[in-house]
Amino acid sequence: MANIEALKKLSTQVRRDIVRMVHAVSSGHPGGSLGCVEYFVALYKVIMKHDPKAFTMDGKNDDLFFLSNGHISPVFYSVLARCGYFPVEELKTFRKLNSRLQGHPTTHEGLPGVRIASGSLGQGMSVAIGAALAKKLNKDNSIVYTLHGDGELQEGQIWEAAMYAAAYKVDNMICTVDYNGRQIDGDVDKVLPLGDLKAKFEAFGWTVIENPKGNDLESVISYLEKAKTFVGKGKPIMILMNTEMGMGIDYMMGTHKWHGSAPNDEQLAKALLQIEETEKDY
Amino acid sequence: MKKYTFTEKKDTRSGFGAGLSELGKTNPNVVALCADLTGSLKMDAFQKDHPERFFQIGIAEANMMGIAAGLTIGGKIPFTGTFANFSTGRVYDQIRQSIAYSGKNVKICASHAGLTLGEDGATHQILEDIGLMKMLPHMVVINPCDYNQTKAATIAIAEYDGPVYLRFGRPTIPNFTPADQKFEIGKAVMLNEGTDVTIIATGHLVWKAIEAGEALAAKGISAEIINIHTIKPLDTDAILKSILKTKCVVTAEEHQMNGGLGDSVAQFLSRNHPTPQEFVAVNDSFGESGTPDELMKKYGLDSVDIVKAVEKVISRKK
Ligand SMILES: Cc1ncc(C[n+]2csc(CCOP(=O)(O)OP(=O)(O)O)c2C)c(N)n1
Ligand SMILES: [Mg+2]
Repeated sequence: MANIEALKKLSTQVRRDIVRMVHAVSSGHPGGSLGCVEYFVALYKVIMKHDPKAFTMDGKNDDLFFLSNGHISPVFYSVLARCGYFPVEELKTFRKLNSRLQGHPTTHEGLPGVRIASGSLGQGMSVAIGAALAKKLNKDNSIVYTLHGDGELQEGQIWEAAMYAAAYKVDNMICTVDYNGRQIDGDVDKVLPLGDLKAKFEAFGWTVIENPKGNDLESVISYLEKAKTFVGKGKPIMILMNTEMGMGIDYMMGTHKWHGSAPNDEQLAKALLQIEETEKDY
Repeated sequence: MKKYTFTEKKDTRSGFGAGLSELGKTNPNVVALCADLTGSLKMDAFQKDHPERFFQIGIAEANMMGIAAGLTIGGKIPFTGTFANFSTGRVYDQIRQSIAYSGKNVKICASHAGLTLGEDGATHQILEDIGLMKMLPHMVVINPCDYNQTKAATIAIAEYDGPVYLRFGRPTIPNFTPADQKFEIGKAVMLNEGTDVTIIATGHLVWKAIEAGEALAAKGISAEIINIHTIKPLDTDAILKSILKTKCVVTAEEHQMNGGLGDSVAQFLSRNHPTPQEFVAVNDSFGESGTPDELMKKYGLDSVDIVKAVEKVISRKK
């Protein structure tokens, strides 16, 4: 396994990338992105079997990842770039005209690392099921990973997918929920409470793992490793991962306000003081 | 060319919010539903003033359409609010069966329509919604041009009994419609009388048409400019009257060419009075991330594109 200190440094750099990217275009979604940094670093640097230099759409014998909550594209793009899927320099084109780094991830512009468009919420689990079924047909033992927002779980399609995955034993898929308790209009508990999520997914027939420390890199790695031990056991796997929206930037934490707003110049400066440049800024 | 001035640029979604707020005070049957986009839709004032008549549905648009349909059974007038993509394509069958076919009095209010949503990119920039909605039997489709007109339209549709799709957007644009102008569903607004060409525009393209009209006047071309805020039912009388005079037409809209306002105009004219027509619209393409201005230029929806289309269509007149 890669050196954990090095990965923590990378996480700090990813946080810098996120705030710099959204600041540059005064748009985009820093909050959820910052909360999922450890997940992405763990997944792409430790957990998944993948080759950034040889990306193919079919990804045969590679582990696959689908970002269902497409608005947190900044963290996805930063980690893809820092893994070598495309030049880190390209992060500066985020959300600009003629860019491969669209506001929400897309295959249309051919960005390596992206296998489906997302942005309209609630669709990623279904796609992941399809890809997982294709792997089974191909006798390919690699794993399909997904990430979802907790607000996103309010979409009915998620539950159609959840029902299907359990009924048809899609057990080569590890889904994770970014359980930050926040969405656009406020706290999930105020907007539309999800109730007992663990009990709900279990009732649907899933193996459910709760990770209370989604911003602790070692913890994220160990829970993903644990999830892997359930692969092939006849049930789809869900990690409910508690995170802090805006993690790492003091004024972005404890609120839903930074779900989809970018810092201004002054706020950026304040943010950058809190996150060191550990790898080179793009 | 008649001179149009404005004191302020405003977003049409705020016109919707203001209209809804006013309806909250004047019509106790008006209820509002939103799918986790209260701020973006400018529904916060209504929510604050009438919490008992505001329903936060969560990110569940299909459920929202069904609940809206149900609220009409018992005499409520539901206004649903989310982005245009999630107001139409996302929930097409729910609208088709529970609202349109069932003849329910639901007002589907859709913000962030078209390219001018900007940086979020193509997943959110629906350019097919007018087509989707106008194809539904008896659905009224309205795309007002500025803040004042959106506010007036919002108030007017509460008085109309039947399903309505009200489309508006995110950017701030010139607010030039007089605040006291009455909104009549299905009645075109004549913006400038002219003789050489008819420009029929809707939504954000109306101001671009006015700019184009000024540029054309400077070239000695007299453009008649019509604001079609209601795409369905289409004001065919106004269109025919104008075309009999100018003998050619340019349509302009922030939408796919397939299925948009231009299609409706062409269908009417081909059956009644075949006329050369050019289309200023997106040509079979998805959008992308960028600033609203950059996108309108790149996808050919700027006033210069209207001017070019006018010159072309005039050259096609016999
Ligand atoms: C189908 C659909 N409806 C609405 C939206 C608008 N939207 C984007 S993000 C978001 C909130 C998502 O909440 P959550 O999944 O918890 O993500 P977080 O805010 O925690 O990043 C909404 C409503 C959307 N993108 N797609
Ligand atoms: Mg959330």
